[in-house]
Amino acid sequence: MDLFTEGDPIADTKAPSGPVEARWDTRRFEAKLVNPANRRKMTVIVVGTGLAGGSAAATLAEQGYRVRSYCYQDSPRRAHSIAAQGGINAAKNYRNDGDSVHRLFYDTVKGGDFRSRESNVHRLAEVSVNIIDQCVAQGVPFAREYGGLLDTRSFGGAQVQRTFYARGQTGQQLLLGAYQALERQIGLGNVEMNARHEMLELVVVDGRARGIVVRDLVTGEISTEMADAVVLASGGYGNVFFLSTNAKGCNVTATWRAHRKGAYFANPCYTQIHPTCIPVSGDHQSKLTLMSESLRNDGRVWVPKATGDDRAPRDIPEDERDYYLERIYPAFGNLVPRDIASRAAKNVCDSGRGVGPTKLGVYLDFADAIDRLGRKAIEAKYGNLFEMYERITGEDPYQVPMRIYPAVHYTMGGLWVDYDLQSTIPGLFVIGEANFSDHGANRLGASALMQGLADGYFVLPSTIANYLASGPLEKVDASHPAAVEARADVEDRIRRLLAVDGDRTVDSFHRELGQLMWEHCGMERSEAGLRKAIDEIRALREQFWQRVRVPGDGEGLNQSLEKAGRVADFFELAELMCVDALHREESCGGHFRAEHQTPDGEAQRDDDRFAYVAAWEYTGTGEPAVLHKEDLKFEYVHPTQRSYK
Amino acid sequence: MAVTGILLMLFLIAHMLGNLKIFTGETAFDHYGHWLRDVGTPLLPSTWFLWIQRIALLVAVLGHIAAATVLALRARAARPVRYAHRKPVRGSYAARTMRWGGVIILLFVIYHILDLTTGHLNPQGDSSNPYGNVVADFAPERWYVTLFYTLAIVALGFHLRHGAFSAFRSLGQQTPRGERRARAAALVFAVALCAGYLAVPFAVLTGLVA
Amino acid sequence: MNLTLRIWRQPGPEDKGRMVTYQVDDVSPDMSFLEMLDVLNERLTLSGEEPVAFDHDCREGICGMCGLMINGDAHGPQRGTTACQLHMRQFSDGETIDIEPWRARAFPVIKDLVVNRGAFDKIIAAGGYITAPTGSAPDAHATPVAKADADAAFESAACIGCGACVAACPNGSGMLFTAAKLTQLSLLPQGQPERYTRVIGMVDAHDEAGFGGCTNAGECTVVCPKGIPLNTIGRLNRDYLTATAKGGGTPGS
Repeated sequence: MDLFTEGDPIADTKAPSGPVEARWDTRRFEAKLVNPANRRKMTVIVVGTGLAGGSAAATLAEQGYRVRSYCYQDSPRRAHSIAAQGGINAAKNYRNDGDSVHRLFYDTVKGGDFRSRESNVHRLAEVSVNIIDQCVAQGVPFAREYGGLLDTRSFGGAQVQRTFYARGQTGQQLLLGAYQALERQIGLGNVEMNARHEMLELVVVDGRARGIVVRDLVTGEISTEMADAVVLASGGYGNVFFLSTNAKGCNVTATWRAHRKGAYFANPCYTQIHPTCIPVSGDHQSKLTLMSESLRNDGRVWVPKATGDDRAPRDIPEDERDYYLERIYPAFGNLVPRDIASRAAKNVCDSGRGVGPTKLGVYLDFADAIDRLGRKAIEAKYGNLFEMYERITGEDPYQVPMRIYPAVHYTMGGLWVDYDLQSTIPGLFVIGEANFSDHGANRLGASALMQGLADGYFVLPSTIANYLASGPLEKVDASHPAAVEARADVEDRIRRLLAVDGDRTVDSFHRELGQLMWEHCGMERSEAGLRKAIDEIRALREQFWQRVRVPGDGEGLNQSLEKAGRVADFFELAELMCVDALHREESCGGHFRAEHQTPDGEAQRDDDRFAYVAAWEYTGTGEPAVLHKEDLKFEYVHPTQRSYK
Repeated sequence: MAVTGILLMLFLIAHMLGNLKIFTGETAFDHYGHWLRDVGTPLLPSTWFLWIQRIALLVAVLGHIAAATVLALRARAARPVRYAHRKPVRGSYAARTMRWGGVIILLFVIYHILDLTTGHLNPQGDSSNPYGNVVADFAPERWYVTLFYTLAIVALGFHLRHGAFSAFRSLGQQTPRGERRARAAALVFAVALCAGYLAVPFAVLTGLVA
Repeated sequence: MNLTLRIWRQPGPEDKGRMVTYQVDDVSPDMSFLEMLDVLNERLTLSGEEPVAFDHDCREGICGMCGLMINGDAHGPQRGTTACQLHMRQFSDGETIDIEPWRARAFPVIKDLVVNRGAFDKIIAAGGYITAPTGSAPDAHATPVAKADADAAFESAACIGCGACVAACPNGSGMLFTAAKLTQLSLLPQGQPERYTRVIGMVDAHDEAGFGGCTNAGECTVVCPKGIPLNTIGRLNRDYLTATAKGGGTPGS
């Protein structure tokens, strides 16, 4: 049976033509506006309260719309944006080091390995400067210099210092800024906040997104909420791998349910693997912890030259160590981009030279830096990271080298959206990590926060008005047959999950799925591996529905039930990820196909065949998905092969 | 809490200084005792000022107790279900014992007034001879009185240590350096006051004052 | 390691709870505390019992969702560490560990170890923000901020809203949480216009939520995983006194 079929091409019809610098202005001018008096009569549902969802909900409420906001956590402040460490890019050029909107645009398109849209990326770069102003006005305590002005640093190999930061907690501080703006609107009665609620279905009426079905996680009550438009800001799907740096609750359910209702899912195979995470310590591992990439500025990565060398790291003499990044990439050394550093680590471990109890780890050694700069200087720079490492591993990184290993960190793929951030279902908008739009096949460091806030504060509030102004939409309520059916589907699914009463826990399935994905759809993919993975995922999914045990009932708080619903959706997504990875017979960014590499093992793009966005249409679980291609045109940044040697 | 506490602290300082007059001899101390009743004359009739003082103190004490009661009741209401496993408060011994310390001090003050103000519980009870009253009170064979007195003063010391620091905080002390200073000042104040108050009974006990 | 756990089990908000004893064997010292609970829950599920409900999300000490009273210590015995970052090597073989939810009237128990901390959101909604509608901001460099002030503001802004301060406070007070946000915003020039209405609003919301009053016992700062300093409460008090003197609750005063 074919794994997929090809349908009509798809195109973004919303981005204006003309010079790329003028497109956002043109679009905003051409977009229709909603009269302030009418905004009060319009309800917008926002699912998720991270950087994108929180900022969008607050901004829409400020503009006068009635907003209903949902998150599965106990407070909007806990969305996983909070865990971002490094910083946020903005083309402010405060350093006078040659940065500009155009350079940020250029770097982002190139960093995305030429798989993103120029129009979107340029807009992102333009808006980046407003984000910093907005956040400072909210009281976000960015790092400052002695003169009282904002400090910036270079990040992720960028040649300009355009990354604004708040120690290692930039995501937290930006999120709290958005959260406080949101709480202000909640206090004013403009936003109805529903924490501990999970969206389980999208309601589509006459082809338009008109509401959602949610479950109150505390009471178990299922309700249908109707609105004039629905915004999904529900984050990425890295947890399909079970072990990732995502929060435990991160899930694909909101976007996957929308996909099942007709929204195309774009580029699902693009996953970013972060090279500096703390390795797995045993079967009990529940998640992975990221150590800031900045560690690679002073740490040297190495493994023993000989396979099976079990000596303690300090007993391995200098000439028996392989500083493999410095050896293979003399120009960039330990500072090569994330995807390259990750794959190199995998390669040395695959060759049997990995370190640590599981042999899945490499050393990140600070001995030279401590000798050169002194322990004090290292402490000042990385003290909190070293402490965190010691808390988790029980080892003192001042004495023994850290052990690191790559881990799934971010997903570039997501629901397909046009320039207005609207999905293929009218009235359904998708923002932040949940959409696919700006990062192409690989995201640059410090760009996730930028995109989340750009979408939420500035882009969506302008573009959603154009949709709402096309109304007024016909009044519908929860008794509409489409809404009733959506709700019945949700109730039926919960009943089915509870009824299996098998002999395996949800986590055991999730772990097994994650292992499969990591093995075959992780850092390196091959045709044989992906085909095998698809078969095994299907078999495992069947097992899941026959053998899973979900204790308790649907009334009240039931964390096993929540997990079961999410894992069920991960199974379906996992299959699509593998199909996407299988069909993309090239290597680009976060997608590396073993068959498509240069003679010296670097990623080999195939621009002639694959310079397109793969937007997948759902046809049924286990049924072949339909591929719609959106061709990518590069008028300003011309595709070149990346080289870091 | 802070305002009434500070009033009471001022009184404690004055009272201690007065007590220490015992080391200047019987006549001077008795004279001081009588003077207390006459302060303010001839502007005010005799003992009026003393009564004004007493009323002010009483108001401060009642206010202090009322505020403490409100806080204690709020604390109780704020945690309707207790912990099964609870560690003692680590902040400091003083902070932990504010409430019981306060009750001990209150009981002591009542005893103290009946003893050395009204004379009901004093072995001598001669209001014209406070010096004699004090000496009789802390006579070596009445060691248990001295012991009780000492315990109460030590409790007062702890109460003051946290109380003084806490008063600074409540009135807006806000920097880390200020916090170190406030803690040090509170400690010095508490120790000095304890020493001042304990000097008298121990002087009587050891025969230094007879 | 083999451990005996005594865990608070309470089926729902209105039900009576009790401590229930469980035996957990073969615990690895490399496990986090929550992973140890995961292991227990896997076994409970397979043996047909209800797993223990507990809140957690990021498991890297920043989201503030986890919060357990472990042997009478909020977030357990290791200072400056959330329960999710606490590892089993901090315990010894054969130990009995008591696990309870945060206890406060303002944090009612939802189930087992899960509590409702919505009161914290209400405190923020009552003034814990700077009014800066999107699009209205001047250039970020229009107002320089002294580095010392920015750093001190950051120190307070590091609060993760976990509620350990309330759980540990002998008075069940939420002053450290409230003061941390107030301190951050009152140290920044952008926070000045609303400084005094903010403190009145937030303190009132704090009291209304049913938290206890502060007696400067200092327990909050001892257990705070982010080390929010106690002197933030002094800053709150000073602003509150000034605001009261100015009639700060009244606009225009």
